[in-house]
Amino acid sequence: MIRIRDHKDREAFARLFAHFAPRVKGFLISSGSDPAVAEDCAQDVMVSVWRKAHLFDPTRASVSTWIFTIARNRRIDLARKDKRPEPEDLGWGPEPEQAQDDGLALQQESEQLGQALAALPSKQRELIEKCYFGDLSHREIADATGLPLGTIKSRIRLALEKLRHAMG
Amino acid sequence: MEKIRHHLTEELLMGYAAGTLPEAFSLVVASHVSMCDTCRAAVETYDMIGGVLLDEASSEMSPDSLEAALARLSDHDHNVEKTDTGTNPDAVLPAPLRDYVGGDVDAIRWRPVGGGVKQAILPTSKDASARLLLIPAGSAVPDHGHRGMELTMVLTGAFEDETDRFARGDVEVATEDLDHMPVADIGADCICLAATDAPLRFNSWIPRLAQPFLRI
Repeated sequence: MIRIRDHKDREAFARLFAHFAPRVKGFLISSGSDPAVAEDCAQDVMVSVWRKAHLFDPTRASVSTWIFTIARNRRIDLARKDKRPEPEDLGWGPEPEQAQDDGLALQQESEQLGQALAALPSKQRELIEKCYFGDLSHREIADATGLPLGTIKSRIRLALEKLRHAMG
Repeated sequence: MEKIRHHLTEELLMGYAAGTLPEAFSLVVASHVSMCDTCRAAVETYDMIGGVLLDEASSEMSPDSLEAALARLSDHDHNVEKTDTGTNPDAVLPAPLRDYVGGDVDAIRWRPVGGGVKQAILPTSKDASARLLLIPAGSAVPDHGHRGMELTMVLTGAFEDETDRFARGDVEVATEDLDHMPVADIGADCICLAATDAPLRFNSWIPRLAQPFLRI
């Protein structure tokens, strides 16, 4: 991803495409898209990844998380119903040497979340998936939260410390 | 600034990350997150869960899709989509709200709704409605209950109701169970952002009569 951002590297893009395009397509199909539409959108999302590469900040989001947000926004555009305003940007950047550590830490946190999700009873896990695939209204989500996801809480604490640190 | 004490619920944070909230609720979440690091950290975490779920999804792409995507890339693409959220530390309204109002507080086009209370309805999708409310210092919004969910975020001043006191940045999440009569602090006018997914239920007949005209 960094090679795409800093060097406009098409080979790196091809590798990223091979990894993520099928995932984005699968995600969109799970969200109720027709496979042909999902295929087109997955391509659109990957082209957006290239176009928006300068906005990618590895200290704020892992590649998977960042691509998820682009795919999610694309899905919202497709539905043409509810816009989703973004929060005000904080407008700060961390010190370069700290950035690498942050990126690694994010990767680890993301893996821990993945393990915690995998360890959930299948019923609870299905609820969370349904929420992200757009099958739950905000009224129904209450059942999916309040889950024994201590990992979520500790990750939120870590993210908060990082925000405070960066704000100085 | 007073510390924010009333935050968003887990289901709103998760729904916002999942992208499934009605626009009016997303506007409250985006506005609150603009001012609240705790909830910003939570949204980032729920985004991360989305990333984990994305990692586990998969569906094979057609063989020529990569070629087609590569053909659409340009070396000059970078830096063309500079986002400008208009960060302005002096503004009263957070950036996402300024986008809907078309400026800061002085650009709000108020309409009187009686009792000195004024409102400005914001353009959102029909699933839920969003409005700015101005409650004059010391005044009250008529006693009402809720058929659905009502989110109220304080932007200036403060209000108090049967449950607690709410100041700048705080969000009150009201559901069917709550009947309340918010009263603005005596010190200053209170401007709030309120979003609801069902009409309010007023407990006396005069506001009830006026309700269809006020669209609240």
